[in-house]
Amino acid sequence: MDALLGEPWTLSPSVALRPEPFGALAYHFGNRKLTFLKRPELVAVVRGLGAAPDVRGALEAAGIPASQHAAYASALRGLAATDMIRPRKDAA
Amino acid sequence: MTIAPERPTQRPQNASLVQQFEYGLDAPICLTWELTYACNLECAHCLSSSGRRDPRELSTEQCKAVIDELQRMQVFYVNIGGGEPTIRPDFWELLEYAVNHQVGVKFSTNGVRITPEKAAFLASPACHGYVDVQVSLDGATAEVNDYVRGPGSYDTALRALANLKDAGFEDAKISVVCTRQNIGQLDEFKALADQYGATLRLTRLRPSGRGADVWDELHPLPEQQRELYDWLMKHTAEGEEVLTGDSFFHLAAFGESLPGLNLCGAGRVVCLIDPVGDVYACPFAIHDNFLAGNLLSDGGFQRVWQTSALFNELRAPQTGGACAKCEFFDSCRGGCMAAKFFTGLPLDGPDPECVQGYGEQALDQLGMAGDRAIPSASQDHSKANPTRNQPVMLTLLTDRPSGPPVSACAESPLASFDPGGSVGSRDGCCATSSTTGADGCCATSSTTGADGCCATSSTTGADGGC
Repeated sequence: MDALLGEPWTLSPSVALRPEPFGALAYHFGNRKLTFLKRPELVAVVRGLGAAPDVRGALEAAGIPASQHAAYASALRGLAATDMIRPRKDAA
Repeated sequence: MTIAPERPTQRPQNASLVQQFEYGLDAPICLTWELTYACNLECAHCLSSSGRRDPRELSTEQCKAVIDELQRMQVFYVNIGGGEPTIRPDFWELLEYAVNHQVGVKFSTNGVRITPEKAAFLASPACHGYVDVQVSLDGATAEVNDYVRGPGSYDTALRALANLKDAGFEDAKISVVCTRQNIGQLDEFKALADQYGATLRLTRLRPSGRGADVWDELHPLPEQQRELYDWLMKHTAEGEEVLTGDSFFHLAAFGESLPGLNLCGAGRVVCLIDPVGDVYACPFAIHDNFLAGNLLSDGGFQRVWQTSALFNELRAPQTGGACAKCEFFDSCRGGCMAAKFFTGLPLDGPDPECVQGYGEQALDQLGMAGDRAIPSASQDHSKANPTRNQPVMLTLLTDRPSGPPVSACAESPLASFDPGGSVGSRDGCCATSSTTGADGCCATSSTTGADGCCATSSTTGADGGC
């Protein structure tokens, strides 16, 4: 399992999410990257990251079955590559 | 504005992202806002036929209300253009207002007002790093650039880039419209960009606005399209960033798609707000046929974007017409709507620059049959009279004069008027107006209603001088 699942993460402060019929658009005001979140479930996960103790907690809160956690972890890695989400430093 | 009865198309579940975009979004991704039609230059290929300020231009307060609405709709950034947006006295105020309301700004400029002071402002924390500056340059040398943009415009652009660099403004863009004359200069453009710490942005010449008058002469030749495509692919493969505004998707039919959205986003993910608040399907389609509504008279931008009949029509599945049976249709999706429209081609036919050659064939067929009718402009803010900034494209004189030239000193109000109505008389009282093709200072005044050649030019505050 991806180590990311046990880590606390959050949406980057420079990122805004805009709901769309297919999910959401994420825009990073700093690096100007635009990303498409193609599933409403993924949007819920990303929105919930900051409030959850770790990524797994956010996935569970969004009702993602454990069998899909690995797939979501790799999608989140993709978002991390452009700084859409980042590890939460302040949380223990 | 005509309002669509309801959202006509049911969005399929599990559609691909491109299909999702074709069905349209709740708000545009790429919104262009021409703040003014006023411009210090008179570029021969100006897509918005800019020159004179429109007296109905949105006020500062109205512009701020638009920004508020864009913030509510989460339009993340707006591409501001014109005209020359920086010559609006409230430009810097509006810029600051937008970035303070989570609406990033990318603005296009010819550089005329990018002084060292303004460059320092753009680099300062006041702009939050939410501002991109695109300096227009259509030749890597003054000779090539000034041919279409007018004398002195090359030096103006380079001075602006130098000011931005000196002020520590990072990553300015050099925005190039690719033409027959400058495709051979791509490496030189790249070197210029590197010199100024800038990113190169290449976009497609559209036959829109005054571009319709010069498109036949300026648009890249078929072999140059290949050269451009190969150049873009090479630089993409090397990991260098060259921006294109996704405007070359018609080149995808050469083979591999270029990075970015490969579809016409008009009315789906793209639109244009013009200086008077009219909303058009795309920045290259300032024409009544693509006018969705007006944000002042039709209840705001969001309402126009979400409910106009035109936009809903553009979001309905398109048939592809004659192109649908082409094996490359999935790559290029039929090309650019505006390019077809303003060259007189049917919207469901091939792009005039179709890389498979179907566009040229279609144009030739129309030409031979005498059926190539280029739509007349719905509006024109070109200056009534040429100024010293007007480019002089001598080769563009296509009408043969009907008689000897009339002296500039001729006092008769009927000087050069030919009661026989021969072609040479169409250009009205100013001999040189033929360089822009369509805007004799008298003849076209009815189209905008406000610019008779002598009496009313003062009402627009622009340059009379007949």
